[in-house]
Amino acid sequence: MTLQLFGTATHCVGLNSGRDRSVIRLRTLENCPGETASDFAVVRTPTEFDRAKSANWKSFFFIGDETGECLLEPEIGRRIISVSSQFDYLADGDIVGIRHGSRRFRTLFRRNSRHNSFLVTERCNNYCLMCSQPPKDIDDNWILDEIRESLPLVDPSTRSLTFTGGEPLTDWRDFVTVLARCRDQLPQTAVQVLTNGRAFSDSEIVDAWRGVNHPDLIAAIPVYSSVDHIHDHVVQAKGAFDETILGILKLKDRGQRAEIRVVLHALTAPTISETCRWIARNLPFVDHVALMGLENTGFAIANDALLWIDPMDYRDGLAEGVDGLIAAGVNVSVYNLPRCVLEPSVWPRAVQSISDWKNGYVEECGRCIEKDRCSGLFTSGRPRLSRGVRAVAP
Amino acid sequence: MARFLSPEAFGASSEAMSLLPLNLERIGTNEYLVSNMVGDFIRLTGDEINKLVDLRMIPGDGLYEKAYAAHLITGVNQKAQRQVLAARLRSRMSFLGQVTPLHIFVVTLRCEHSCPYCQVSRQSTDRSRFDMSEETAHRALDIAFESHASRIKIEFQGGEPLLNFGLIKTIVSAARRRSEIVGKGVDFVIASNLALLDDAVLEFCKSNEILLSTSLDGPAELHNKNRPRPGGNSYELAVAGIRRAKEVLGPDRVGALMTTTEASLDRVDDIIEEYLNLGLDGIFLRPLSPFGFAIKTKQYQRYDAGNWLRFYEKGLRRVLEINRKGTPFREFYASLILTRMLTDKPIGYVDLRSPAGIGIGALVYNYDGSVFASDEGRMLAETGDNSFRLGHVTDDNYKSLVLSDKLVEAISSSLTQCAPECSTCVFESHCGADPVYHHATQGDALGIKPLSAFCSRQKRIMRLLLDILDNSPADAAILRRWAGS
Repeated sequence: MTLQLFGTATHCVGLNSGRDRSVIRLRTLENCPGETASDFAVVRTPTEFDRAKSANWKSFFFIGDETGECLLEPEIGRRIISVSSQFDYLADGDIVGIRHGSRRFRTLFRRNSRHNSFLVTERCNNYCLMCSQPPKDIDDNWILDEIRESLPLVDPSTRSLTFTGGEPLTDWRDFVTVLARCRDQLPQTAVQVLTNGRAFSDSEIVDAWRGVNHPDLIAAIPVYSSVDHIHDHVVQAKGAFDETILGILKLKDRGQRAEIRVVLHALTAPTISETCRWIARNLPFVDHVALMGLENTGFAIANDALLWIDPMDYRDGLAEGVDGLIAAGVNVSVYNLPRCVLEPSVWPRAVQSISDWKNGYVEECGRCIEKDRCSGLFTSGRPRLSRGVRAVAP
Repeated sequence: MARFLSPEAFGASSEAMSLLPLNLERIGTNEYLVSNMVGDFIRLTGDEINKLVDLRMIPGDGLYEKAYAAHLITGVNQKAQRQVLAARLRSRMSFLGQVTPLHIFVVTLRCEHSCPYCQVSRQSTDRSRFDMSEETAHRALDIAFESHASRIKIEFQGGEPLLNFGLIKTIVSAARRRSEIVGKGVDFVIASNLALLDDAVLEFCKSNEILLSTSLDGPAELHNKNRPRPGGNSYELAVAGIRRAKEVLGPDRVGALMTTTEASLDRVDDIIEEYLNLGLDGIFLRPLSPFGFAIKTKQYQRYDAGNWLRFYEKGLRRVLEINRKGTPFREFYASLILTRMLTDKPIGYVDLRSPAGIGIGALVYNYDGSVFASDEGRMLAETGDNSFRLGHVTDDNYKSLVLSDKLVEAISSSLTQCAPECSTCVFESHCGADPVYHHATQGDALGIKPLSAFCSRQKRIMRLLLDILDNSPADAAILRRWAGS
């Protein structure tokens, strides 16, 4: 299944007219009304609406069609947002950002998910051939404000959060203040930042990052090759390889945690064994290496002819690469690839990595004994199926 | 939709490329072994070497990619290639940060064995003359605890150190007291033939977490021939000692070393079998060193580097076969070299480092209070050569010993990084200086390397290991597991 994470509300009334957008948190009726000004009671039926009113709620988030008649009861001081039943998955503790005028909204945080990520900006100094989130050169600094408003609403028992982009370090001074707020407001929450790492080649930036002194922070940085021009071609930026590698060295030199990510496609997968050996030899001190199946979405669809390779065609090289990293004591995982296309030797490293809202299986998977442990497949974009997808028999 | 650039847009012209330091050696009619600054190897043809050196490469031609990934070239404006090399070199050399971690106490020169190959020239009589005094031991401890390493190892040597067990006990308890006071960790090893091992010794080792290191040359008749003692039962006592020590101290608290004599040369399989049967996790195939009785009794001259290498290669291949059949078992010298070749872990092993480990890796306190730069250095002194005698415990302190002109001269004159033959050697990153050996064999700490059996042994072993790594996948997988752990 694929969850719809954004849409247009059918109603949006009573919200602060002095601002053009709000960040709100959904609460069930069991909670006290209006713990914070951002809390809205989730209401799915007229009965629930009555209960909410009698519990003195003033802010309501209607989900589905059954509540249509309730909207006919306007009242001063009452705030109402109404969305279609497509968003029935929204639940207690979830956070939504909404534009008052256009009524467009986006699910920013789902308390029950292990895969919460905040998009920091759509701007990026790379332009990767397979980018799943094609960059836009626009002024979107408001997103950082939205994140700052969201953080106090995030359940403090949340285990992990991801910041992604674009390049999250584009406005690095602002972003570092967001990390500092994570440290103060969510001290139990691990933070992962998906960055191309180029900014860390600047000592001022890497020192600011270290200066946050976050207790559980990791920078996840893509490296696509051991050779400069191949990496630069993949990320469409000359000089990127040098800055990225330098960035990783500077992070580690300052005792910061860093993960290397290699997305596997036709430009990177045929040499994955060599790339892994190179990482094992030159950067064995990184904290984690993730070898990742390609999500066929965004630019990857446009560049399909250049990028598509059946995972069966790099199966052996991947197994060799994983083996080499393990032998060098490097912590390695394989993401986004179903077990049937992987050598069994790799299975202990294969992770159920695909975010729940875009994760699925095909009919064949129903007969597979490994299904419960398998990553499954992407449902997003234009999924391509490997010829190797086959139920694993007992 | 955005426009994407083709691969060519990201290439570099040869003006924008720069060569990084490399060494090379011709290993076939048209094959060269090439190593980068930290000793990663690739193989290139003569034509490729010429193109590389002239920077006649273009991205996409295969050679560029090979050379770039191996850190043989960089873009002139790039920094990462050089910084990666710098970081790795720093890691490889970081053993230098732990100055003098090893302190060897020769608590007695007496021994009840009379091995003709004895490299330390043991004595059989006269307790008063050849035992270390308590006063000397305490002065030696003063010096050991002055050294800058955060953790030190005290190794008891002889002779047979258990002949002076009382002094060992005194030193261990004094060292533990000092360790607690100054916060410097201390480990202990007793190098013993185990003939005198009894329950009291074992109990003491257990309560003080002392490792035992012993000698085992192979099957009974070979071992007993190499290592005579009254009763002719050296083998029986060593084996019983190893078994007993494993039982009482734990399987990994006793190690054995073998020495290769002429009689060992065609028996490597039997020797390995002996180690396997005892449940030991590996073997260290060691040649004789040119010191002490080994020279006097002409043991050392009985085989040359070629004989020994044939013995070594046969042994290594046998060990690999044992692993292929499912029993994990190592050859420890190969493990050391592989750790240097396949990782950047700092290996301070005395023979495999430059700057050499004499003095700054280890100090030896002889029974009579003289202090030597290495165990081999005191072996030389027993035959009249005091070149590596740095001083005496009563006259010197740690500083005066390690900053002595004698030591500084021997270390600085033997650096492989700038020595003729070594500085351009394709194996330099993984080798060592070994000035005592070269002094003993050539009368010069640096030595003429083409005449050095140490050099030819090192080169041949590394070539052998590289050949297996590149050409025998099953054995290569085994060797990789030995590296770094």
